[in-house]
Amino acid sequence: MRALVWHGKEDIRCDTVTDPEIEQPRDAIVKVTSCAICGSDLHLFHNFIPAMLPGDVMGHEMMGEVVEVGSEARGKLKKGDRVVVPFTIICGECDQCRRGNFSVCQTTNRKKDLADKVFGHATAGLFGYTHLTGGYPGGQAEYLRVPFADATHIKVPDGIPDEKVLFLGDIFPTGWQAAVQCDIQPTDTVAIWGCGPVGQMAIRSAVLLGAKQVIAIDHLPERLEMAEAGGAITINFDEESVVERLNELTGGEGPEKCIDAVGMEAHVSPSMPDTVYDRAKQMLGAESDRPHILREMIYVCRPAGVISIPGVYGGLVDKIPMGQLMNKGLTIRAGQTHVNRWTDDLLHRIEEGQIDPSFVITHTVGLDEGPEMYKVFRDKQDSCIKVVLKP
Amino acid sequence: MAYYISNIARSKGDPKVLHSGPSSLGAADRLAKALGWFSIGLGVAELVAPERFTRALGMEGKETLVRAYGVRELGHGIVSLSPDKPLGLWSRVAGDGLDIATLMTAMRHDNPKRDNVGIALAAVLGVTLLDIIGAQGVTTRHSRPRGRPRSYRNRTGFPQGVQSARGAAKDFQVPPDMRAAPALAAVSDRAPQERARPH
Repeated sequence: MRALVWHGKEDIRCDTVTDPEIEQPRDAIVKVTSCAICGSDLHLFHNFIPAMLPGDVMGHEMMGEVVEVGSEARGKLKKGDRVVVPFTIICGECDQCRRGNFSVCQTTNRKKDLADKVFGHATAGLFGYTHLTGGYPGGQAEYLRVPFADATHIKVPDGIPDEKVLFLGDIFPTGWQAAVQCDIQPTDTVAIWGCGPVGQMAIRSAVLLGAKQVIAIDHLPERLEMAEAGGAITINFDEESVVERLNELTGGEGPEKCIDAVGMEAHVSPSMPDTVYDRAKQMLGAESDRPHILREMIYVCRPAGVISIPGVYGGLVDKIPMGQLMNKGLTIRAGQTHVNRWTDDLLHRIEEGQIDPSFVITHTVGLDEGPEMYKVFRDKQDSCIKVVLKP
Repeated sequence: MAYYISNIARSKGDPKVLHSGPSSLGAADRLAKALGWFSIGLGVAELVAPERFTRALGMEGKETLVRAYGVRELGHGIVSLSPDKPLGLWSRVAGDGLDIATLMTAMRHDNPKRDNVGIALAAVLGVTLLDIIGAQGVTTRHSRPRGRPRSYRNRTGFPQGVQSARGAAKDFQVPPDMRAAPALAAVSDRAPQERARPH
């Protein structure tokens, strides 16, 4: 089959690879009908996430049709079922899964020893990501083996286009969880840094959850325009001070809830000297992530507010203002998304017509064009916000 | 063929590469990579054995300068190998200018190694040409074209419009493990002793 394969820094290729095979009785094979390139794939593209190996199949946003089912998954899945595959692989049985903390499933990370050493305790297995999260082959491919498939799936009805439900596997629940863990009140201002796909979903989620005002921060005109279309007030950080504008919009109090939908690769600009410092340290390997957004959120957030972090961080960050964080009594909520905790509700909202996540798709291409689209997406060329691939 | 070795980290049913297809790396990216590694190699050589350069060029006594240039080359290399490769390659072009200026000072008639300096100058000029080609290539390949971006003005994501979407999910119950401090309105109608209690 064909698949997008990681070969090194900025080197993704559309390779011919062997077909995946059922290994365990709970596995299933899915014929991928649609998959997408995620912003966090770019961290792998840049080799900022450790423990990738040449030959790893990329992709953790995918859906398709079940074509083969292991003996122990047959009660829950059958050939022909249409499924979205969540990016977190879950057993559904461990203590964390039973609590709904699916992204820290205790069972599914097959490289647990390695992850225990790096993270202290292993997190769930993830598709198409680092070997710290199991090194499972991803879904930017024609076929995907889904381990623990009896639990790791979201069944979707026929009749809804792929584009409307594909993002149930990652960015929609990720934006939703980012907003939910802010516990948005009707009087709240929610500020969202980053208007990429997750930021766009977080904006829509905050609007649906009834925030008084939603403020979106970015510098790319097309992304700000899409944010505005979704009901956000926008701040272009190239043109105005984020802190001053946020204070102005909140009567000098700062936003109650702040969402970091940027993560480890904050934009670098000489007008924000800390970003240049971070970039230099990152190049030298002295810091893995660029946490400009975290610093700005901690500074501007209203005391006793909440900082929600769906943006991916990979390792070590520098110069985090702990004094501000501690003295202001801020709450930080972070984590990979507990996808299956939210998907029944979100699928219902899509079916009801409350939201149509396909609004974010700007490019749809074949798998062969995938390598080039990584570059286009990374360089924000052609107003690219979200790429869907059709294997 | 690194992917072949890495197959030891994969299980039996994992896909394995049979043959490789087109890459996201363009010709300009590959040139940048090659020049980046060249910078690293030259930088290490200048740092470790500066006297070899000064002796060959008749510039004895300038070892500290060569070491400083070695550090500079390492900087060029690191940036050229990073996602900021246009910056790295343009910094190499600027560095080439400095190298040429420095070599010109050694083109004195009384320098017995003047011929070597001429060869070095020719080499630097050749590399400068490659650097300019590479820098222009990666700048063109990775820049956002000027002009109007596409319009996403109508991409609300809300089939029934933004206004009807506001608060449409108010029925959603935030799980207890994700609750925050209550809003003022939620506590203002309670008795003072109740306000102090956890929500």
